Order: sequence, then structure tokens, then C-alpha cells
Amino acid sequence: MLAQNRSTPFLWGYRLYVAAFFVFLAAPLVAAGAFAFNDSLFPALPWQGFTLDWFFNDTEPKLGMFHDRRLLRGLYYSFVIAVMVSSLSVFVGTTNAFLFVRGQFPAKNFFYIVMVIPLVIPGVILGISILVLASDTANYLEDGFNLELEFLRPGIFLVVLGQFSFITTITSLVITARLKKFDETMEEAALNLGASRARVMRTITLPFLRPAMIAAGIVAFLVSFENFNTTLFLVGSEAPLTITMYDRMAKVGSTPVLNAVSFFLMVGSGLLALLSILVQRDKSSR
Amino acid sequence: MLRFPGGGLMLQKDFKRLAMILLFAPFALWIVLLVVLPHIGMIRLSLREKVAPRVYEFGFANYLDFVNEPIYWNTLLRTGSMSLLVTALALLIGFPIAYYIAKLASNRTRGALFLICLIPLWVSDLIRAFGWILLLRETGVVSSFLQWSGIVDQPVEFLYNDVTVIVGLVYTVMLFMIVPLVSTLDGMDNSMIEAGYNLGGNGFTVLRRIIIPYAMPGIVSGCIVVFMLTAGSYLTPILLGGKNSSWFTEQIYNQFITRFNWEAGAAFGILLLLFTSTVIWLGLKLSGQTLANTVAKS
Amino acid sequence: MTNSPMYDLECINIAKSFGSIRAVDDVSFDIPSGSFFSILGPSGCGKTTLMRMIAGFEEPSAGDIKIKGRSVLGTPPNKRNVKMVFQHLALFPMMNVYENIAYGLRCNGVSNTEIKRKVHDVLERIALPDVADREIHQLSGGQKQRIAIARCMVLDPDVLLLDEPLGALDLKLREAMKIELKLLQHQFNTTFIYITHDQSEALVMSDHVAIMNQGQFEQIGKPQELYHHPKTAFVAGFVGDSNRWSGKVKSSDGSGGKVQTEQGLEMAFTAAGGLKIPEGAGVDIFVRPEFIHAVRQTDAESASATGDNRMEGIVDSLLFNGANSRVLVRGPQGELIEADVTLTGDDDIKPGENVYLFWSSRQAMCFASRGAA
Repeated sequence: MLAQNRSTPFLWGYRLYVAAFFVFLAAPLVAAGAFAFNDSLFPALPWQGFTLDWFFNDTEPKLGMFHDRRLLRGLYYSFVIAVMVSSLSVFVGTTNAFLFVRGQFPAKNFFYIVMVIPLVIPGVILGISILVLASDTANYLEDGFNLELEFLRPGIFLVVLGQFSFITTITSLVITARLKKFDETMEEAALNLGASRARVMRTITLPFLRPAMIAAGIVAFLVSFENFNTTLFLVGSEAPLTITMYDRMAKVGSTPVLNAVSFFLMVGSGLLALLSILVQRDKSSR
Repeated sequence: MLRFPGGGLMLQKDFKRLAMILLFAPFALWIVLLVVLPHIGMIRLSLREKVAPRVYEFGFANYLDFVNEPIYWNTLLRTGSMSLLVTALALLIGFPIAYYIAKLASNRTRGALFLICLIPLWVSDLIRAFGWILLLRETGVVSSFLQWSGIVDQPVEFLYNDVTVIVGLVYTVMLFMIVPLVSTLDGMDNSMIEAGYNLGGNGFTVLRRIIIPYAMPGIVSGCIVVFMLTAGSYLTPILLGGKNSSWFTEQIYNQFITRFNWEAGAAFGILLLLFTSTVIWLGLKLSGQTLANTVAKS
Repeated sequence: MTNSPMYDLECINIAKSFGSIRAVDDVSFDIPSGSFFSILGPSGCGKTTLMRMIAGFEEPSAGDIKIKGRSVLGTPPNKRNVKMVFQHLALFPMMNVYENIAYGLRCNGVSNTEIKRKVHDVLERIALPDVADREIHQLSGGQKQRIAIARCMVLDPDVLLLDEPLGALDLKLREAMKIELKLLQHQFNTTFIYITHDQSEALVMSDHVAIMNQGQFEQIGKPQELYHHPKTAFVAGFVGDSNRWSGKVKSSDGSGGKVQTEQGLEMAFTAAGGLKIPEGAGVDIFVRPEFIHAVRQTDAESASATGDNRMEGIVDSLLFNGANSRVLVRGPQGELIEADVTLTGDDDIKPGENVYLFWSSRQAMCFASRGAA
């Protein structure tokens, strides 16, 4: 209908283009994933046969990812960081949503733009600026008061802050969009039926926001998990997975164990993304 | 019975003000402690000159270094121009795809295609770049395939050149272009396009006069995010471009981590930030959009 | 009639200002127990603000509100026994029908067995005994309406407020719901306060109607009173259809006389609302279409139609609508006048015919023009 004036060859060409695009989209992911099952010491052709060694084997040289201490530790740190970042950013995202949807205060539009800005600051710069401030503060406290504050030195705490600084914008936008759709008379109706304000919040408003909060949390988790640019400058000795993998890739040269990790991450984040979509769809149809 | 007229009102007002302060606090803490103060700290650091070990004074030496050393500003210009190129390519390649997903695909395929578009979004830059390396390096899939098919007779190295870097970057940022485009095009009423044809427009005029103006917020939003991500990207240029990729973020990294010259690194960071903000500001001015109705909406 | 417990709701001189805007201006009324009371007015007249003050979402700037004889000023909305059906119903989409109705009971700490009994009881009474486990989005428009009422009624409110709840329904359903609401009100025997801008809703359902305009009550009365004996020009114009002329009084004995309209038409009138209208006053005259008889000039001698006002005209067009059909007649000065006619389908008046219009001076309601007094 929308292409009614277009000839069929044009449409077929168009479809071919779209198909080629999706091949382009999938190619590197397929390559990264497929070599995880190649029974070879190098992630390259020719194909040497199918194996699960790069996941489960426990001896060198084919040490599988589930027996590789450093990778597992990276996975663990990534997980810890992502959980902290997503819970913090969902919390602040929710308060921001209430602030900007319900609040009346001067220069609201200005502050709204301020809220969006961290998303358009390059991640590298967020990383170094937080590193600089934290180090300055730590040095100052050390020189002036002889206080040694370890958490202001590169490490998990700074990584969490760095990622939180821009992920909060994402969660705020997601939750704000949902809260804008909320019919405030629903709260009045609940008050009218005798509920206290706290009860209204617990039984009406938060349940309405829950799908958006879960979705925002999943997005935050994934963005945190895959973040590299900001993390790079703030990381201490507890390197999360992306940093560990990068070191492996840049220094040691890659073995298919990295493909195994890639495959694992792709499946994991794919499932989580699907979950976030299901959560939103389930509720929005009501 | 004694009553205070309006007493409830006062109480409610106080309650509201308290709630307001409680809501504003996390926002203010976040923005001030993690965005404003760090940037002030970075500006301060960048304006510090090292005159002797552990002795500093105020000055513009770090910025003068940048101006006087062609390698630095060449790198910045190169990063900027390649980022613009990547943005333009991403828009050109992505727009037809977004249009197809939003307008031409049937209801069911639309959701599926959009999902496929989103899945790589959740896969780390690192893995995507890694995939490209496996495909394009001398011993990679493409090279092997070309040898096997007899087109070439020895291994070909596709990595470590500008074209590969651009392909890799376009790939990395493509989704951030498509997602806002699809969401704006999706909100466009099909009857607007039909009316365009109905009133005698051909495919080109309908595209230029109706579809593109309508999609403008999405286009601008996509371009801003893509440009910013490209200019600030680190992994893709380093991994695909190798040692001579000369990406500006790499300079920042070198100053900070390798040379431990934080003052210069901070100055470079400020310069990159100024540069990207200027380009984004120019883009917004030229397209007549604002940050609030583009990025914030997507 | 002052304070006595026979009133479920009394509003005494209440007013509400938003900044410099006076949304509700010195309104007083009281509503006897168990009656159906409507507040009818154009949008923006302040009726919603008035209702929100009764429910407790706004505090009045002045005046007092008493429920069952007790002032509720300063009582928060969740402590008032006034329940409200919202314009868009505001049923909770994340709960099913049972939980929606149980919500208020749970807030009051009623035991689970008691809740179960009450919910099923109220569902029986609204004739929807089997919907307890349905989700809200599975209900039809009319069912949602009844669930919204049940959700309030299960709490035995002193007063039930309804804020244009029929507005979102389509025409057919709206007609059916009007009757249903009236029946529900009888059945529960609770005071209903119904807010609307739709006069037919107000007239059909209510025991008493208050006409509200620009923050003030113009008139409170039974529907027939408002229709036949409006006290102000606004009420005459707002309730029902009217032909309207402006003019000057030529001769008057105080309660009636002759007037000349701006178009130069002379007619006899009766001063409405027991007012005295002196000679020379500027007036507005309202005549309802059903009191104007249109008769072919050729039949005029034989027709039984009489009235002390007679006007010539030509039928401009017929507005056929079954029993509510009308003719538009162009008068001598070119103005259009509406008159009800009975169309039998056989030898009816047709456009282009010359007719006489008759009406009685008693049906020509006359009000002194605003500002011209």
C-alpha cells in the first residue's frame, strides 16, 4: 500500500538490501559465537570439528571458560558491578521520574536537559573526570587530614559511580515515559476509597511503574555489563569481564575461550533483553 | 469544636515541599557529584602546569602543547571528520532499513526485525569488534573464503586500515541510528504518506517533503548519539585500526595511563568534549531541533 | 431550613480561588438524604472544582462543607465517607474486579471473610454476580461503569459523587446507563451527586438539579421547574432549546406586556421568575419550540391553534427527526425561528410554504438583559 506506486523489481531490490543488511548485522556475531565450538587452538578456519572444550575442559592448553579463574573472576566482578549500578540507577531514575513528571519547580526544563546531558558526554570523558575528582579528593584528604580513603582510588566503587553517572539518564528516561502515561485520577480514586498516601504508592503507583522499573533495571544491567570506555579509566585490581577480555585479546592473543565467553554473553544478554520486552508487553496490553 | 480553617492546606503544602526536596536530592547529588564537579575538577587540572616535581602553577601550557603539536590536533580533526563520515553513512544505510521496519514490513515481521536490530545492542562493543577481527584478519574467514574460491592466491589482511575502522564503527553505532528512526517513523500516520501520493507527489517528493521532515527529530537524535558514540569510541578504532588508527581517545588514554601526564590528558578530554558539543550544537542549530525533543524522546 | 441531620450534604457559602480566578463563588446548597442531585453546567463553570472540594482533593478558600451534619474541613480525602466515581472511572488495571471492589475494604482493615461476603453481595446488587475474577480490560463499557459504582457502594458512603461518568460511552449505552443509574440509586438509597454538562442526563435522572454558571449556582430546583420556570436568562437558554430574541419593553404592567425586538417584531410576554420588568427595560425573550405552532396560512381560519402572538413566515427547511421533528421558519425580518411540528407523512408542511406561527404570551419568558438593568 505504501509502495503502491513502486514497481515490483524496486521492492525486491529493497528487500534484498534489507536482507543484506541483516547479514551484515549478524556476521561478526555469528563469527564470534561459532568459533567457540571449533576444536582448534585458534579461532580461525579451517573447521576442526565440534567441541564443548572451550566451555568445560579443565586443563591447559584448552582451558574452558568455566575453569578459567581470571575469566570467572571477571564475570563475578562484572555481575557485582552491574547489580549495584542497576539497583542504584533504577532508584534514582524513579525519583527523577517523579521529580520531573509531578514536581513543579523553577527552571524545570533546564534541569530536564541537564538530566539528559550525561548520555551525550563521551564515556571516556566521564571516566577520566570522575577519576580526576576522586583522586584530587583522596589526595587532599590524605595530605590535609592524613585520611587514607581507599574507595576513592580506582576500583569497584569508582567503576560503579562512573557507570551510574550516565546509566541513570537511561533509567530516568524509561521510567519517566511510563509515569507520564499514568492516570493520576487512579491515585485520587485510591485515596477516595480510604487508602493512605503510602498505601496508594505501594498498591497503585509502584505496581503501575514496575514493568518500566524492571525493564530499566535490565537495560542498566546490560549496559553496565558491556561497558568498556568509562570502566577502563576507573578500574582497579578487580577487573570486570570486558577489561579482562580486552587484556587477553590485546596482549595474549585470542584463543577460542574468548569466543566461548562471547557466546555465553550473547545468549545471556539476549535472554535478558527478551525478558525485558516480555515484561513490558505483558503489562502494556492490559 | 475548635478548628483551624486552612490548617489542612498548610500541612499539605509543607508535605509537598518536603516531598519535593526529597525527590530533588538524589537528582542534585547525582548531577553535582558525578557530572558537574568532576568536569570542574578536570578543567582545573587541565589548567595546571608542572614546573617541578610536585610543584604546579596555573597556565595554559597543556592547551598550547596541543596547538603546537600537529599530531595532536590532526588526530582530533581526523577523529572528528571520520566521525562525521560514519554518522552520515549510518544515516544513509540505516534510514531505508528503519523505513522498511516501520512502514513496509507486515505487523509480525516488524516486531521480529526490530528485535533482531536490538539484540546486537546488548552485545558488548568488544565482542562485536572481536567478531570483525575474526572475519577480516589475515587468517580470518573472509580471507580464507577468498583463497578457497580462488579469487586470491595468498592471505589478504583486511584489518588495520581506515576503511575497516569505518565499517566497524558504522556497524557498532548503526543500532543507535535505527532505533530512534523506527520510533519516529512508527508514530507517523500512514495516511500522511498516502495523502502525499494522492496529491500527486512522486516517490522522491514524498520522501523529501513529507517523510524526512516528519522524521527529523529521530534523524537528529540518531545523529547526535551516533556522532557522540563514534567520537568517544575507543575499542573499535584500536582493535580494528591497530597502532596507527590515531583516534583521539587513544591520545587521552596514552596521556593518562601510559605517560601518567594527567594534566595533558585532562586538557585533551576538555578539548574532545568542547569539540563534540560544538558539533552537536551546530547540528541542532542547523536542523532547528532541541536536545529536549530529540535525544530525550528516544 | 438549617442544620439538621436529614441532610447528607450541606455546602455553606463555599468558594475557591486559583490565583485571581474564582472557580467557585459563594455556593450554598443542601441535599436531603437519599436523593439524586445533579449539578449541571457548561464546561469550565466550576462544577468539577466543587466536587473535588466535597471529595477533599481541594480545600475551599472560604465556607464550610458538612457531611451528615458534621464539618469535614481539614479532613483528608481518605478519611471522608464520600466516595467518587471518576470521569474515566479510574478502575485499577493491575487488579481484577474482585480486588478493585475489595480495595477500599482492605484499606479499612476489614477481615477477608467479610470482604468476600461484601464483594459478592454488591456484585449481586449490580446484577454482575459472575465477573469477580475478570480483569478490568475484559469488561464492557457498561460493566466497567457498574463496577466503578460498586467499588464505592461497597463502602456504604454517606454521599456518592459521580463526575460525568457517562461521558466516554457511546450514545446507545449512555441512554441505557441513565436509566440504570437511576435504578441503582433507588436500590442503594444513597445520596448521589451527579455532575454533568449534558442536560438530558441531569433532567432524566435527578430529583433536583442545580444549574451552575461561572462559579455560581443560577438556580436549584426540580427538573420540570427549571424547564418551565427558569429564574434567569442563563437557565432558560441552557436548559432545553429556545428561540431567543432581544428587545425593549414598550408597555408593561410589571408582570407582562408588550415588547419590541431588535428586528422590529412586536410580541406579548410574561416576566419570568416573578420579576418586575418596567417599561423601557432591555430584555431577552425565550420561547421554546414546542410552544410555537406552525400553521399553513391557508388553514389558519380552520386551525384551532391560538396564542396572543402571531407571526408570518416562510418555511425554510424541515428538520425531520421522528417525533422530535422541527421546522425552520424564516420570519419577516429574515430571522430563523424553530418550531416543533408533528409530521404524519401525509400532507405535511413543506419548505417554501407560507405559515403563521402562534404562541402564547405565557410561554414567552422574558428576562431583563444583563447589564441593562
